[in-house]
Amino acid sequence: MNIVFERHLNILDFTLSSLLRRKGKNLSLLTMYLMVIFMLASLVFFVTALKREAAILLRDAPDMVVQRLVAGRQDLVPTQYADSIASIRGVNGVRPRLWGYYYDGLNGANYTIVADDYMASSPESAVIGNGIARSRSMVVGDLLPLISYDKAPLMLQIRSILPSESDLMAADLIVITSEDFRTLFKFPTGLATDLAVDVGNPKELATVAAKIAQQFPDSRPILKSEILRTYQAIFDWRGGMVVIILASALLSFVIFAWDKATGLSAEERKEIGILKSIGWSTSDVLLLKFWEGVVISLTAFLLGVVLAYGHVFFLSAPLFAQALKGWSVIYPDFRLSPNVDGYQLAVLFFLTVVPYTAATVIPCWRAATTDPDSAMRS
Amino acid sequence: MIELSSVTKTFNSGKPNQFTAVDNVSLTIEPQKVTVLKGPSGSGKTSLLTVIGCMARPSSGRIFLRGIEAALKYQQESDGQVEITSLPESFLNDIRRDTFGFIFQQFNLIKGISVLENVMLPAYPSGESRNDIRCRALELLEMFSITRHAGQRVELLSGGEQQRVAIARALINNPSIVIADEPTAHLDSKLSYEFMAIVEKLKNAGKTIIIASHDPIVFDAALTDMLIEMRDGSIVESRKRS
Repeated sequence: MNIVFERHLNILDFTLSSLLRRKGKNLSLLTMYLMVIFMLASLVFFVTALKREAAILLRDAPDMVVQRLVAGRQDLVPTQYADSIASIRGVNGVRPRLWGYYYDGLNGANYTIVADDYMASSPESAVIGNGIARSRSMVVGDLLPLISYDKAPLMLQIRSILPSESDLMAADLIVITSEDFRTLFKFPTGLATDLAVDVGNPKELATVAAKIAQQFPDSRPILKSEILRTYQAIFDWRGGMVVIILASALLSFVIFAWDKATGLSAEERKEIGILKSIGWSTSDVLLLKFWEGVVISLTAFLLGVVLAYGHVFFLSAPLFAQALKGWSVIYPDFRLSPNVDGYQLAVLFFLTVVPYTAATVIPCWRAATTDPDSAMRS
Repeated sequence: MIELSSVTKTFNSGKPNQFTAVDNVSLTIEPQKVTVLKGPSGSGKTSLLTVIGCMARPSSGRIFLRGIEAALKYQQESDGQVEITSLPESFLNDIRRDTFGFIFQQFNLIKGISVLENVMLPAYPSGESRNDIRCRALELLEMFSITRHAGQRVELLSGGEQQRVAIARALINNPSIVIADEPTAHLDSKLSYEFMAIVEKLKNAGKTIIIASHDPIVFDAALTDMLIEMRDGSIVESRKRS
């Protein structure tokens, strides 16, 4: 056992001196490799963390949202629907919700306006998201003017600003009272944007949804799991878009690495001949090349992953943020909580370290299996 | 003792450029003696050395090693004789590493690494501890008076120094047979005599020395025990010196 270990140690030692002989070439390769791993790992970390954040935030969402459709498009729901739905067995509570979008011509941003009498508590006051406060340079106590649908100004005093931890979902949020909401949008009484339904037993969700759909054929019940799935799909899709953009860079690297790893120079071939002539076996030479591949690819992998971790979880991924977060004007500013998916990391490892190491070892096979004297003469 | 029986080495067999470098050579090399293969370029000396040193397999013929300790574990009969031409590659490799030490015409040192590391290189795959190998390598550098160059990159050394590094490397695994191919080809007369002095030391230490050379300093040396003259791949004359 000790002999095997010492053999590996000795050969690894020579591998390192061997790599240091071609410092420039190997360092440039390592840098390129590291950048590719860094980009891919950043993407994996970022998308995974975003999906996790979304899942955490949706934990407090209602079990089901009921919308009303008219000609296939979402329309306002009569609040009487709530009373009928509340009487369905298994339903714990039904809450009509008022929410909508407001376009702010001043900075070209779309705000999400939500009515919540508990949070806003008094008329002409508002709780706003961190993104709006940032873009409008507002602090608590300032007045936020909005123009209502009848062109009258609605002056809202800012009561509080939502913490940046909730930025992913609430960067562009304005919470006002339902009275202000109806004034702002000239929203008819007796109608709501949708209904939030709470069901005690999750196993009954599908049955309750079916009953609602049967009772109100113009309604569309949406389960929390469906909302979560939609979010996951959106982030996966955005991640996929970035991968496509990165694909050309990846392909260039693959060609470069393949050329470097597979092309055995006359000097390298001669060195293999020398090693064999002084007593190295074919397996010793292949072990040397294996360690060469491992040293380069594993160093690049580990450094790339560590840098990506810092980039995503400490610097909030400045390189990808705009492409992945998806807000057009008001970008959420928040720090993702560190979360690494071991499976995805393992996939990244097997897609980067293993092929490179194999590409380093395989071309040496031929040179290493020939007689040492022919390897030296070639 | 090394015994060659009707050994032939043909390159590019079956192709238009086929040529026979060693042609039906039978030969006995005595242990602990200096044997010199003499002949012009292209006479087959180097090819014969590579075949003897297990670096290439002969196209036909057989090679026997007798009474060589490192090869004994592969003996086919109980008389200490090993027929190396039929051994599989891994066994041949072990014999090459433990039995033979090679000194090449071009020295064949690995550029870019230190003198010490070049000397240690043949022992790395043995699984011996790095510290032990290092101690042995330093002893050899001391023996050849090149300790001060131990940490230097090998290509920065003079021709004579490089050759001493190559000799030290050939001895790191304590082989019983040392093979040298045109060792004085790149040396001036003074350095060539120095080389022969080292050969004498090795002979006195009980090593079997086989040298291929067409340098009179080598083949006329008094310490040469057997002179074999080759031409066109065949032995034209073989004489022992008393």
